Amino acid sequence: MDIKDIIKPENLVYDKTKVLTDNVMHYCPGCSHGVIHKILAEVIDEMGIQEETIGVSPVGCSVLAYNYLDIDWLEAAHGRAPALATGVVRLNPEKYVFTYQGDGDLASIGTAEIMHACNRGENIVVIFVNNAIYGMTGGQMAPTTLVGQVTATTPYGRELDLHGYPLKITELVAQLPGTSFVTRQSVQTPAAVRKTKKAIKKAFANVGQKKGTQFVEVVSTCSSGWKISPVASNKWMETNMFPFYPLGDIKDSEKETADKFKVQ
Amino acid sequence: MGELRLMKGNEVIAEAAIRCGCDGYFGYPITPQSEVMETLMIRRPWDETGMVVLQAESEVASINMLYGGASTGKKVMTSSSSPGISLMAEGLSYLAGAELPCLVVNVQRAGPGLGTIQPSQADYFQAVKGCGHGDYKLIVLAPASVQEMNDFVDLGFELAFKYKNPAMILTDGVIGQMMEKVELADFKPRWTKEEIQANCGDWACTGKKDRKRHVSTSLELDSELMEQNNLRFQAKYKEIEENEVRYEMIDCEDADYIIVAFGSAARICQKSMQIAREQGIKVGMLRPITLFPFPTKTIEELAGKVKGFISVEMSAGQMVEDVKLAVNGKVPVEYFGRYGGVVPTPGEIVDAMKQKLIGG
Repeated sequence: MDIKDIIKPENLVYDKTKVLTDNVMHYCPGCSHGVIHKILAEVIDEMGIQEETIGVSPVGCSVLAYNYLDIDWLEAAHGRAPALATGVVRLNPEKYVFTYQGDGDLASIGTAEIMHACNRGENIVVIFVNNAIYGMTGGQMAPTTLVGQVTATTPYGRELDLHGYPLKITELVAQLPGTSFVTRQSVQTPAAVRKTKKAIKKAFANVGQKKGTQFVEVVSTCSSGWKISPVASNKWMETNMFPFYPLGDIKDSEKETADKFKVQ
Repeated sequence: MGELRLMKGNEVIAEAAIRCGCDGYFGYPITPQSEVMETLMIRRPWDETGMVVLQAESEVASINMLYGGASTGKKVMTSSSSPGISLMAEGLSYLAGAELPCLVVNVQRAGPGLGTIQPSQADYFQAVKGCGHGDYKLIVLAPASVQEMNDFVDLGFELAFKYKNPAMILTDGVIGQMMEKVELADFKPRWTKEEIQANCGDWACTGKKDRKRHVSTSLELDSELMEQNNLRFQAKYKEIEENEVRYEMIDCEDADYIIVAFGSAARICQKSMQIAREQGIKVGMLRPITLFPFPTKTIEELAGKVKGFISVEMSAGQMVEDVKLAVNGKVPVEYFGRYGGVVPTPGEIVDAMKQKLIGG
């Protein structure tokens, strides 16, 4: 049998989604971003919304996300992605608009923007990649860095008295009436990848139904920042991050209506 | 003749925005310009033209909402006052770096810091020298009347889109708060999808369809390419300097001395000119309408004909530096100003002119 007899459309079992470009990713080996990018690309492709999707990339390791997904993109200043997304979606309500942000971007410098975008119930998807460290600048403490975790700016481990508490921002935005679907996922195993894909697909579908802000946290690894191997990183994440940042849906409801809040 | 009304400068900004086909206003309250958003919220333009008006959580968010809207080829604007513009400096730098059009109105108050809510022109440097980081320019228009507040909204958008660059209306609490007769512009419809495609189709993020993806970004990690970007910006600013200088000259033909003043200071100086001329001093005035581009060539030409200049500003002396650069030592250039929220009187301007420029 010749190879040409095998390469036929009916024999195709896997094809790289066309929404993912052929650009070589700059991410470190073991980094979660590549997997999350691929999930996003597949969801956009499968939903047939490539022409209707506009992404907003952050400042951080995924600043160049626009090189990898073949859609229109805006590149935001550090932390401001939700404000950009607000501008896009308010003036183009028919679009599928999403932000892609890391923990420093979303939970530190951009806290005001994410809280208020969620509180207004902006009809957007927020992909929040939490690896508990600043990757791009060389592994400094993030707001989500765990107590005792060693980083470049917590060389003796994060200390509560000095640095305050790790921030569970996902639990915070779940309290806001503008969010309808808030979930925390991960991508370290095939099963986890499938769950995350399901969550992201649901988030995009909800935006299509104008359900308000969809917030998907993906607990992730940063082996370069954590200074351990990719395999050890997965183990470290499961052992240390999952207990503090438990996986699963935190909120799955409709966004709140006005009558509950109106003055008499 | 368009519709005539007696209106506040700030209210006119709102009305002009609706009438010129603005797609979105994003703002945050700050004195002395809060009437802009208040007027818009009363007018509810979303029912009338589809224009979006949103009160943001901060000036930082407002300017970034502009970045979002501008990236999709929409006409977007904000207004604020000095401390709020400082917060927008980051966003303005990104907008300029990504070559996005938008309109920002600064109804100046006195600083530094929280300062006071009284009028000032002390944000001249911030506006014309680029208030954020990096080598960039804003197109800066300085209205001297409520009528010009009306006219410059449409003009600001026109220039912003022509050059894919943020434009600013630099005004102050005097013009923002005072009421004057104004002839309003006729309504222009907002751009349709097809018009956005025709005007911004080669860059706007409207959804990737049958073309390469569009990316609104100021990022370029390769320094050689980043230098190329900067060279392109500088060429654009040069083109703006060649084509878009606007100014008004009053009684300059026979003048021995020239007052250079913009905005509300120029209004006060018109009275000073009258007083001076009654005393036999031949004074003319050059009023820059665009602060960037600055009327450098015109000042240079005048410098060969007159005995001296005085820059009158409600600041500690900022524009005077640009006047000096234009005059280049040919004749004396003096400065007079009141600041910290104090508005100079016509009489003290005449006195300063006599004392500093004429002698006696």
